[in-house]
Amino acid sequence: MGPLSSRLFALESRRGWTVFMGLAAVLMVVVPVLNLAVPENSWLHVPTFWVTTLGKFLCFAMLALALDLIWGYAGILSLGHGAFFGLGGYAMGMYLMRQIGERSVYGHPELPDFMVFLNWKELPWYWYGFDSFAFAMLMAMLVPGALAFVFGWLAFRSRITGVYFSIISQAMVFAMMLAFFRNEMGFGGNNGLTDFKDLLGFDLSASTTKVGLYVISALMLGLVYLLCRYVVTSKLGRVLIAVRDAESRVRFLGYSVTRAKLFVFTLSAVLAGIAGALYVPQVGIINPGEFTPAKSIEVAIWVAVGGRGTLFGAAAGAVAVNGAKSLLTGIAPEIWLFFLGALFILVTLLMPRGLVGVVRQWRERRAISKASHSDSHVSA
Amino acid sequence: MIDRKSRDLSGSRILGTAALGAALLFAAAPVASEPSEADFHAALQALDTKKFQQKAQAIEHLGTLGAPRVLEVLESLAKGRLYVRKDGRIVIAERSGKKYIIQDAISGRPEPEASKKELKKIKVNNRLRRLIRGVTGQLALFSDDPDRRIEAADNLIKNPNPQILPLFRQARDRETDDAVRAKLEVGIAVLELEADDPALRLAATATLAETSDPDIRSLLERRLQTDAEPNLEIRDALNGAIETIDRKLWLFGIAENLLFGISLGSVLLLAAIGLAITFGVMGVINMAHGEMIMLGAYSAFMVQEIFRSVVPPELFGFYLLAALPVAFLVSASMGVLIERGVIRFLYGRPLETLLATWGISLILQQLVRSIFGANNQEVANPEWISGAIEIAGGVTVTLNRLCIILFSLAVVAALAAFIRYSRFGLNMRAVTQNRSMAASMGIRTGQVDALTFALGSGIAGVAGMALSQISNVSPNLGQNFIVDSFMVVVFGGVGSLWGTIVGAFSLGIVNKFLEPVSGAILGKIVVLVFIILFIQMRPRGLFALKGRAAGD
Repeated sequence: MGPLSSRLFALESRRGWTVFMGLAAVLMVVVPVLNLAVPENSWLHVPTFWVTTLGKFLCFAMLALALDLIWGYAGILSLGHGAFFGLGGYAMGMYLMRQIGERSVYGHPELPDFMVFLNWKELPWYWYGFDSFAFAMLMAMLVPGALAFVFGWLAFRSRITGVYFSIISQAMVFAMMLAFFRNEMGFGGNNGLTDFKDLLGFDLSASTTKVGLYVISALMLGLVYLLCRYVVTSKLGRVLIAVRDAESRVRFLGYSVTRAKLFVFTLSAVLAGIAGALYVPQVGIINPGEFTPAKSIEVAIWVAVGGRGTLFGAAAGAVAVNGAKSLLTGIAPEIWLFFLGALFILVTLLMPRGLVGVVRQWRERRAISKASHSDSHVSA
Repeated sequence: MIDRKSRDLSGSRILGTAALGAALLFAAAPVASEPSEADFHAALQALDTKKFQQKAQAIEHLGTLGAPRVLEVLESLAKGRLYVRKDGRIVIAERSGKKYIIQDAISGRPEPEASKKELKKIKVNNRLRRLIRGVTGQLALFSDDPDRRIEAADNLIKNPNPQILPLFRQARDRETDDAVRAKLEVGIAVLELEADDPALRLAATATLAETSDPDIRSLLERRLQTDAEPNLEIRDALNGAIETIDRKLWLFGIAENLLFGISLGSVLLLAAIGLAITFGVMGVINMAHGEMIMLGAYSAFMVQEIFRSVVPPELFGFYLLAALPVAFLVSASMGVLIERGVIRFLYGRPLETLLATWGISLILQQLVRSIFGANNQEVANPEWISGAIEIAGGVTVTLNRLCIILFSLAVVAALAAFIRYSRFGLNMRAVTQNRSMAASMGIRTGQVDALTFALGSGIAGVAGMALSQISNVSPNLGQNFIVDSFMVVVFGGVGSLWGTIVGAFSLGIVNKFLEPVSGAILGKIVVLVFIILFIQMRPRGLFALKGRAAGD
């Protein structure tokens, strides 16, 4: 075993790996098989709609991982992660727009419909290159990363921390929302980018493509999880935790707090961008609604519900909260906001460590009682 | 507002008009001046004919008489209310049940009622109505109501017609109201710009240079561009006049931006003052702050509805005064509830406070949406703050905006005085500066926390009441203000009331100056980016608190 593979194995405990592999098997093998191989009238069949919905949740889980990386480990609560998610989504959306070509309503070979509608004569320079999938994917990571790098550099250099950072990151996503709502920006304004046809030649409306996208999301989620795990178990990860708990002390010990934060913030934005890029082909639309500050705050509650600083909890929280959202908005839409609001309050008041914390506490208690039980047994 | 005031004045003006009219009899004017009763009578009786051609001549003749009564007679004619009595006299009659209420057309004196048989209607067709409209448009220059005179002059200036020059002159000579006279002078100057006499043209140019109307500016420019003006000296004067008007327009533009900026700033200030207490003084991030504003606005709505159904209508205008304490109390008690129920468990954990209060804001929004519906509620402006004031050169400000500017300043002043001079303010400052020391001095810190939060929330409620006058009252009301108000507080400097004032007004003014250059939305984006960059340079805002209290 080389040093890298042994490092990889050390990312999780034996039990952690068992759970990880088990989940991966269920998500990446069982669900697709139940959808594609099992006949539709069987009770075991999983409808394609569910698969896509689950794929959407997995993208959210990735976004939650990205936020947990900086909030849970470095103590930076970004209320603007929707901006990075949205930018990744727009990069993918631009590629998909270019793929439509002459099949659009106006049938212009190069310009998307909304540009023809605005009477634009040629493609704006920032749309160049997005007909190439590789370039678009690079941009889906580079653009959020660059924004995060500049924003983070400005903020961390002048030691903006805590709520101040949260507030200006919210202002950033708010400004992005205003900007993308403008038609003149060249991103479709209010309507955003939609009516996608195919991705790398695969028809987006085909159920095999949908299942394929889902499997790729699950795979990416697994990889992103391992990457985050790698970062937080590294020396850098320990510095980050130290920054979270006592920033000044870390500074006085001679570590560059700014550099550590900047690295992890940029990485987190790139991961959020990837999540957004995977999200868009599955939902079929990207619009400035992704930049509303409320959406970005909601990500924080996914992480908090699952348990921040645990990675696994963040991903699980995202799936759980969004599952509850789908369920509740289906039954009675007006209840959802009450539920979400209550979730925000109760989780912060009663479950500061989230679901993972509750489980851990319960397990510890059981272990203690077991130990004391066996103790008393021995002594008796 | 303007209307009513001037109407009150117009009664006393009638006498003056009559006196001037008498004097005018001697003035040699191309159009007959104040007509004698006999002239009027003769001209009027000419309407009593079957031939529309003759009626048209009679109407035109009446138009040249230039008396206030002529206006009323012609308007009655157009409405079909002019009748010929059995005895041949022409009267204005209005139907009331089976009878007709009559007044003499010339004097306007009431006469005994008449039945339908005794009256013969003077018929008009559309061509005559058009003619009457043209004639009355000019005659409105002689109306009793100064507002109508100004309006008439404005209309005539917009469509300059050399034939009305004498009418303008006549109207100017008998005009008593300075504002109307100035308007008439402009009208005369516009027409005299094309006079044959160069001296007249030069004088007209000078008069027009005094105005600040973009229409007049383009008129002057047209005269230059079409080479209608041959005289070089006058061409120079025209150029000079355009320059003068440009300078004035530029100044007015700045004044207008400044005024709108202050108005926007006062809205921002109102939205942010409450936050300056909860966030600035206590350090609590209250994301439900916007909802406290919304609750205040809905309180104003509720009080209005109660006034509508219970209180006599003449007292309706006072509902805002009653809404003030209600809005304060509603939001303040909600504040106490939030502080005691949630926030006090989270002191020292600002990020958790942020999330929990965001949850509260979601619940409050949905609660209001469930109770009142998602639509905008209509909150009426009471009459005493409706209308507008013209400050100068077309720069107008609506009265409700002006009231909000004053109100926001009053609220800040009251708040600052309260914190500075009251016993509670002293306790509040003590607790925020050094909690444990204050506690050892016997201050009940928990109580102070709750009341401080209530104060901040209550003020947000009062702000909501004020904002209900200019903004839509809907469950989303608070969301529109939350980012802005945090920006104001952070920009101004957390913990500094003075910083909040300066922050609010400077952001408002900068925003309004950017708007014409970049458009409203881009202007807002620029301001947001500016604040983000500014915070990098001064992380503690414009007016940072010095010393240890500011450190965390």
